[in-house]
Amino acid sequence: MVLKAFFPTCCASADSGLLVGRWVPEQSSAVVLAVVHFPFIPIQVKELLAQVQQASQVGVTVLGTWCHRRQEPEESLGHFLEGLGAIFSHKPWFQLCRERGSKSWSCKATHWQGPASPAASGEDQVMLIFYDQRKVLLSQLHPPTALPNRQAGDTTASAGGLAAVFDTVARSEALFQSDRFDEGPVRLSHWQSEGMEASILVELAKWAAGPVCLFLACLLSLISAASACRVFKLWPLSFIWSKLSTCEQLRHRLEQLTLIFSTQKAESPAQLMRKANMLVSVLLDVALGLMLLSWLHRKDLIGQLADALIPVADHVAEELQHLLQWLMGAPAGLKMNRALDQVLGRFFLYHIHLWISYIHLMSPFIERILWHVGLSACLGLTVALSILSDIIALLTFHIYCFYVYGARLYCLKIHGLSSLWRLFRGKKWNVLRQRVDSCSYDLDQLRLLVVAVQGLIHLLVDLINSLPLYSLGLRLCRPYRLAAGVKFRVLEHETGRPLRLLMQINPLPYSRVVHTYRLPTCGCHPKHSWGSLCRKLFFGELIYPWRQRGNKQD
Amino acid sequence: MEDEQSFSDICGGRLALQRRFYSPSCLEFSLSCPRITLRSLTAVTCTVWLAAYGLFTLCENSMILSAAIFITLLGLLGYLHFVKIDHETLLIIDSLGIQMTSSYASGKESTTFIEMGQVNDVVINEAIYMQKVIYYLCILLKDPVEPHGISQVVPLFQSAKPRLDCLIEVYRSCQDILAHQKATSTSL
Repeated sequence: MVLKAFFPTCCASADSGLLVGRWVPEQSSAVVLAVVHFPFIPIQVKELLAQVQQASQVGVTVLGTWCHRRQEPEESLGHFLEGLGAIFSHKPWFQLCRERGSKSWSCKATHWQGPASPAASGEDQVMLIFYDQRKVLLSQLHPPTALPNRQAGDTTASAGGLAAVFDTVARSEALFQSDRFDEGPVRLSHWQSEGMEASILVELAKWAAGPVCLFLACLLSLISAASACRVFKLWPLSFIWSKLSTCEQLRHRLEQLTLIFSTQKAESPAQLMRKANMLVSVLLDVALGLMLLSWLHRKDLIGQLADALIPVADHVAEELQHLLQWLMGAPAGLKMNRALDQVLGRFFLYHIHLWISYIHLMSPFIERILWHVGLSACLGLTVALSILSDIIALLTFHIYCFYVYGARLYCLKIHGLSSLWRLFRGKKWNVLRQRVDSCSYDLDQLRLLVVAVQGLIHLLVDLINSLPLYSLGLRLCRPYRLAAGVKFRVLEHETGRPLRLLMQINPLPYSRVVHTYRLPTCGCHPKHSWGSLCRKLFFGELIYPWRQRGNKQD
Repeated sequence: MEDEQSFSDICGGRLALQRRFYSPSCLEFSLSCPRITLRSLTAVTCTVWLAAYGLFTLCENSMILSAAIFITLLGLLGYLHFVKIDHETLLIIDSLGIQMTSSYASGKESTTFIEMGQVNDVVINEAIYMQKVIYYLCILLKDPVEPHGISQVVPLFQSAKPRLDCLIEVYRSCQDILAHQKATSTSL
């Protein structure tokens, strides 16, 4: 029977003493957490272990002895070490030994039958597995398949193989609180025994986080109460709010900020990751927005944009009118349905005329409006992008109308053709007009471009909203925190000596990080992806650049 | 102790199987794939550059030639780092688990470890691969819900694709260790 002993690498150079840890009988493995040095009083050691057991719900006991000497231990020491086995009785009793300055280890595990028959004690083979205590403590294991009955708040350590080892180390923080400068009765060796690991900035941040969170939470609740007041629920305003993507983005950000600055502590590591991801995403957004604002103001782009807007709008309207005149004639020599041509052409021309008048009416106010809109970039780059998308939608509303009419008619034609094709494959063949009618001409490149740009802007905003930046940063800089599993390496082996393995953490691949920690978006475009955008353009299904009612998340 | 044998893969390329015996409960198999040949590298580079030169004579834009050089370099680096596997290793540790490591030509290593509690058995399966029928070694994983069911099949040595004689060697050693492990676990 091969027993496994998980030994921390930090204790490999520690002085002789007692091994303290947890024995997992189902895996027949012992997880060594610390080494208690001589001299000690057994009663005090037992008290300390009882305290740790109470605090951490982990069954910490004395597992055996550890011997780090210059040469092989003498007979008297051997008897002394075995005598300890009688004081702290544990089955099996491990005896690890290492010669100072060499790589040869020896270990044996005995089943103590009692002082009456020492010769009948059996010995088992032991396999030593070294692990980095600090990394295993901080790491979070991501199992490949989520077991359905795994709860986050289990009070007892789980029994799933390597997960048990990770769990044991993570729960035993109470054991690692004392370092070698403490004046306690028992002297321990573990990863923090050279000094507790802490950072001044982290401590200050923790101290300041309380009042800051409280203040910001009050402020945010005031803002959300103001935005939920009855005035905004009246019909015209509520319709406009629901259609504009800016309002949706602002609401989404408000929700995220409320969650980040809520005064409750995060319950599980997944919630903590989510909060951290949201915070980093908001900070990056604001930073990018401020950069954009400074760039706009430095080059005075707003003034230039306002001056260029009217001539560009006039030019576009003129081009569209020329295009419609051409289509109403005989485009590329094709003979069209003259009556339908004239009707649609005149209809569109009237649209363009209305729109041009509207733009000329707005022209004195454009620069002011643009300047105020530019200020909104300090709320975040996503807000600026949403406003840009809304402005494009409003300015090109007429083009969108043309797109809707054209796409609907094109869609009808496509459906008609496909039903005709089915009919042809059946018994009857109806000779209908197979020729291409006037409304199925190719959509103007400008219309396609505008609609595609709007769709792309929305996808970009969604991407920025949902990317888990903190998790990706953690995976890049501290890969041992997110673990997909472990990997083993066999260390130098001599015959007659026990097998030694080094256990290292296998980090989670980037695709799984994004998949596991993806933030929920505002749910406004759940069906949109780059592929479906192209598909909709091709088949003539309508693309709605505004938010759809009923797609909002509760 | 270590020994090395030479086998061939399903396409006829040469494979080298290295077996390291650490202890009766720990065994490691390392299968090294055929290396990238100078002939294939030259062929690909020449094709890309001829195509670029053809485009250059059409468009008279020298950016195409620099772009072709960049594409060749980046493509080669990407191929060595993400696609070309140098050797595959299988490490079996009794009562701990089975570990598979793939080492790429650029030195990158990707490891998967399966705990012994999840392993049902290691078997040789037959499969239809393009126009051939080939044998492959795979690990059967236990189903957590049903005790004797199988939830997943994990194939081994997918890039090396050795033939049956090599697979039988690995299979025999794996079965020895698994049988030993099952005997000790049922005797508890």
